Amino acid sequence: MDTYAPHTELKILKDREKQIATKGKDSALLDCDRKSLAGSVSQRACVFCGSRVVLYPVSDALHLVHGPIGCAAYTWDIRGSVSTASELNRKSFSTDLREMDVIYGGERKLENVLYELIDKYKPSAAFIYSTCIVGIIGDDVDSVTKKVAQKTGIPVIPVHSEGFKGTKKDGYQAACSALFKLIGTGDTSKINKYSINILGEFNLAGEAWIIKDYYERMGVEVVATITGGSTVEDIKKAHGASLNVVQCSGSMTGLAKMMEEKYGIPYIRVSYFGIEDMSKALYDVAEHFKENNDILKRTGELVASEVKDSYAKIQRYKKDLKGKKAAIYVGGAFKAFSLVKALKYLGMDVSLVGSQTGNKEDYKILNEMTDPGTVIVDDSNPIELSKFMIEKGVDLFIGGVKERPMAYKMGVAFCDHNHERKTPLAGYIGMVNFAEEVHSSVMSPIWQFAKQK
Amino acid sequence: MFEIKPNTTDGRSTGRKYEATQNACKLCTPLGACLAFKGINNAITLLHGSQGCSTYIRRYTISHFREPVDIASSNFSEDTAVYGGEANLLTAIKNVIYQYNPDVIGIPTTCLSETIGDDVKMIVRSIKDKLENEEGIHLIPVSTPSYSGTHADGFQLAAKGAVERFAEEPMGKQNNLVNIFHSMQSPADIRLLKEIIADFGLEGTVFPDYSDTMDGGVWKEYERIPKGGTTINEMKIMSSAAASIEFGYVAPEKSAASYLEEKFEVKKYPVSIPIGIINSDAFFKVLEEISGRKTPDKYLSERRRLIDSYVDAHKYLFGKKVLIYGEEDLVLALAQFVSEIGLVPEICATGSVNKSFKEKIQAYLPNSEQVTVLDDSDFEIIREAILEKEIDLIIGNSKGYKIAREVKIPLVRVGFPIHDRIGAQRLKICGFEGTQELFDRVTNALLEYKQENSPIGYSYI
Repeated sequence: MDTYAPHTELKILKDREKQIATKGKDSALLDCDRKSLAGSVSQRACVFCGSRVVLYPVSDALHLVHGPIGCAAYTWDIRGSVSTASELNRKSFSTDLREMDVIYGGERKLENVLYELIDKYKPSAAFIYSTCIVGIIGDDVDSVTKKVAQKTGIPVIPVHSEGFKGTKKDGYQAACSALFKLIGTGDTSKINKYSINILGEFNLAGEAWIIKDYYERMGVEVVATITGGSTVEDIKKAHGASLNVVQCSGSMTGLAKMMEEKYGIPYIRVSYFGIEDMSKALYDVAEHFKENNDILKRTGELVASEVKDSYAKIQRYKKDLKGKKAAIYVGGAFKAFSLVKALKYLGMDVSLVGSQTGNKEDYKILNEMTDPGTVIVDDSNPIELSKFMIEKGVDLFIGGVKERPMAYKMGVAFCDHNHERKTPLAGYIGMVNFAEEVHSSVMSPIWQFAKQK
Repeated sequence: MFEIKPNTTDGRSTGRKYEATQNACKLCTPLGACLAFKGINNAITLLHGSQGCSTYIRRYTISHFREPVDIASSNFSEDTAVYGGEANLLTAIKNVIYQYNPDVIGIPTTCLSETIGDDVKMIVRSIKDKLENEEGIHLIPVSTPSYSGTHADGFQLAAKGAVERFAEEPMGKQNNLVNIFHSMQSPADIRLLKEIIADFGLEGTVFPDYSDTMDGGVWKEYERIPKGGTTINEMKIMSSAAASIEFGYVAPEKSAASYLEEKFEVKKYPVSIPIGIINSDAFFKVLEEISGRKTPDKYLSERRRLIDSYVDAHKYLFGKKVLIYGEEDLVLALAQFVSEIGLVPEICATGSVNKSFKEKIQAYLPNSEQVTVLDDSDFEIIREAILEKEIDLIIGNSKGYKIAREVKIPLVRVGFPIHDRIGAQRLKICGFEGTQELFDRVTNALLEYKQENSPIGYSYI
């Protein structure tokens, strides 16, 4: 794509230079894990966002956002996170703090709202998200939730997710702490020995069901998917599983570690995206239960049949996509690893890869797995992403809603790999869907008009 | 059933049945300010608050307009919340200038910066001295805490803030100059309004003008800040205009037109958003008065065709009951429109706290005593209201879709946000042309419903 000359006016901020590296040229160690630079137009969200995305899929819980209206409004029904049990999580609840509440405090309102909503919706538990100003106006959310829990008899769990108190990662941790309060309170007597929890799969488009089906076909019981498609009851008994299988390591490793410490449950890190990683995720679990040879045998059969099936379906897309250049910018680095592999599987080249929340080790891995010349970025912004998109002449961008229009404006195809997707991209079928989706954007005839030669 | 009652002690008004807000029928105040600043040439918005505010607002706005929306953040940390936001704001401004080279930086506040007590106007004054070599960059702070008002208020406040910042002591009156302050109209409607004033031989500004920035073409070259928007010079001369036309009935403290009237004696004409014939006639009459010209034939023809279509369709519409929700000025104008075509605005709801909402609805609508008027409402209150009534049609933004799905009646999408259809930026509702488009959509929604629910597959209606 020779649409744009590299633009000298697209400038990188000096304070961000160490968060960008070119494979083969610069150090593989990025200066990451930093708070976003003021004024940099980071693509990141906040602590609240981290908690909200992790807990949102718990379908029969009441999710009450304590604060002024914005935070609740912007997170109303924004993700698929499908569930068969309940749709209560798809509603948006807020204490909708007003000026007088800010002056006099919001505790009374919080308490009233909780009684009102618990009475109306009969949730199995309630999560109370603190937003930026809650601590500043002096609300003691812990004591209110304790009181309401006693009166209503359901778990009422505060989530300390004030937006400015850290980054999205801190929000993940706050969510893990909230979940940890539920775990250990359910009945585990009927759970068998060959059992796992799926952690960090949010069932945006039914992925958790696909993955659960694979494990069950292997003969492994899935106690809880945390949190995709889950109920409060599932989570309460998660401590009965023998192994935690952690995807989206950024958000859920914290919970896995807490469970390991308290309940002695080991964990493994996996990804369900791409043929290679998906198969590994299944084999790693089979390996953990190697004393049961049947599981390993069934895993082999499952993988063989699924790989064969998906391989055939993917071939028709591969020939069109071979040699096309892709850019990846996603929330977590683990997803970026899988995307790099998946794009290579499709015969595509990765020119740019980055994440909002990767750590030093993550970027080292990205450096190892990419080709020389690939640009690697941490906590990037529209100017940088556009600059590299232009310089590298990419054909495809993989990201979320905020990245979509910048790709489209420059005549670059796009694949949504974030909250808003409605097609499952995990598992073997997910890889077929991914290939189809990438293909349907890259190969569209409309680019003949949108690319300025 | 939810009649408006006096304010309760915590500032909430009306028939709120619940203390909780369930599925909000409003967005937060800074969002509206961010949208307004998109209508200023070479401007960028810097939100003074947490990183999340800018990201959420970007996502939400992008999903409606499907255009890039870059919004910077001063990115509060725990230290910032303790010691104040000045240092962060200064860093942010410098970084925004380095990356974007803007002429204008709009700086809306958030609940966080307001609650810790940052006086952004004062900070901006003190920062100006520290911005070396940055002459000519205009900073426009605007106070938009999300615990006060809605996105509609934020929009007006930012528009007013910009006008206050730029409008200059006029050299004299320009009789052919007019300002139009709209009420979050779509880019297509803004273009339409610009065409109308030009056809009256008038010059002037439809403000804020994001008709290009929020509905642009594919780029020939990279646009750090998308091209388009009202220029500083255009804002400077607003004070010398013959008149301002303001859509909606904006409270004077939020009204750019009121400011220009008080400060520079620019006559203010408040009109309902020109949806429907009665409202459009009132709007065109004002234009006739300002320009001294008759309405051009083009519009008279549009008007005749519109009336002709009203006649063609009137039987499909008469007596059908409608739920309308959204920003209060939009709801009022839509209620006026549906009333003039024979529909009955059965429920009119807004998420804003506005005690005069009911009075306005009653003042402007025939037979208004039967209308259920809900201010400070949300989609759960609206849902419960609709379950008690027989409603045939819903008009409002995408967020009412769940109710429409539950009660299985059609939803005609108008307003913000429209997240579940393409083309929100191209929807027209203003003037005779916009009304025609809306009228056809409304009628066809009812026809389609009738057709779909008929035991016989009529293909001829």
